[in-house]
Amino acid sequence: MTSSQTEVGYNTKIEGDVIVTKVDAVLNWFRKNSLWPMPMGLACCAIELMAAGSSRFDIARFGAEVMRFSPRQSDLMIVAGTVTYKMALAVRRIYDQMAEPKWVIAMGACASTGGMYRSYAVLQGVDRIIPVNVYVAGCPPRPEALLDALMKLQNNVVSKQPLFQGGILNNHKRPQPDAMAGQRVS
Amino acid sequence: MTQPNPKTARSLAEALQKACGDLVSEIVEFRGECSLTILDKSKVHEVCQVARDTLHFDMLTDVSSVDHYGDDPRFEVVYELYGMEHHAYLRLKVRVEEESCELPSVTSLWRTADWHEREIYDMMGIRFSGHPDLRRILMWEGYPYFPLRKDFPLEGKPTDLPETAFTDRAPLEGGPFVTTAGKQNVSQREPRAKAFEPED
Repeated sequence: MTSSQTEVGYNTKIEGDVIVTKVDAVLNWFRKNSLWPMPMGLACCAIELMAAGSSRFDIARFGAEVMRFSPRQSDLMIVAGTVTYKMALAVRRIYDQMAEPKWVIAMGACASTGGMYRSYAVLQGVDRIIPVNVYVAGCPPRPEALLDALMKLQNNVVSKQPLFQGGILNNHKRPQPDAMAGQRVS
Repeated sequence: MTQPNPKTARSLAEALQKACGDLVSEIVEFRGECSLTILDKSKVHEVCQVARDTLHFDMLTDVSSVDHYGDDPRFEVVYELYGMEHHAYLRLKVRVEEESCELPSVTSLWRTADWHEREIYDMMGIRFSGHPDLRRILMWEGYPYFPLRKDFPLEGKPTDLPETAFTDRAPLEGGPFVTTAGKQNVSQREPRAKAFEPED
């Protein structure tokens, strides 16, 4: 079940079907094994995201086949594709509508750094408007690379600080309220 | 599409020239493609109407614009016509100066010109009179520049329109395509990656 031995004190002969653990460990385990993605599929990386969701590179093994297109029902935003400046406001709004705890995977070169589009119309990396947990390199990254990123994120979720000390709820640095104007990473 | 017929294209271009007289220039033929320049930009609609109604060029495949920075007139709008009956192409060009920067719209002749002309307005700044809905199509309302003009840098200029969008300079780091071979200047390694320096 959980990875750390200090969190599970389980002796079948004594406890039987009861496992004693910490709330944080259990909640983190639930969260990491059911990360519901909000696929922000904007361009070609969305095709690879769909491929990762299909049967060959099954993302359902990780509990993430439930691609919720509503931000209210998801906890992982996978930004897959080129984020133009015109779309940046929509991405930011959808990120704001997601409930805590939430994570972001920047999939592909365009979402990570603007990719090959060093131009007037393309946001040079989605981390200029939202905080990103995992970056996936590739153009597009193979579905296995996305699954690797998902696994790294799962390890990240598990190793978080306990819930009630504000750890989980502050699992990334929050951007400023007006991150769209003025607070840009150069 | 079927192979274009150069003989038909030439004869149709000549027919247009005969019908429009001194509104159009001489035919320029290159590898089977015929181009005509419309000399009076206020008569664009007229010439295009002749081409569509009399010569059956019923499909406008493209309207694009060229910025000849440094020349006068500065801009050039190119109409690519095609006829589905006779399978012939025709190219009509018209020069637009920078000061007036306006052309009559051909949306009433071919509805596809609607979005093509909106794109030309968005990217080059040429207005089209009589257009049903002339607003920006790729950039957002309120974006202050025309990006495909030659004096606009590839990396963009910083702008900010609250509640809509912002832009920033993209880090070019030597050129649009960065190579690692050799240690010369990027302009020497890749001539097309020359940075444009406008005189402002």
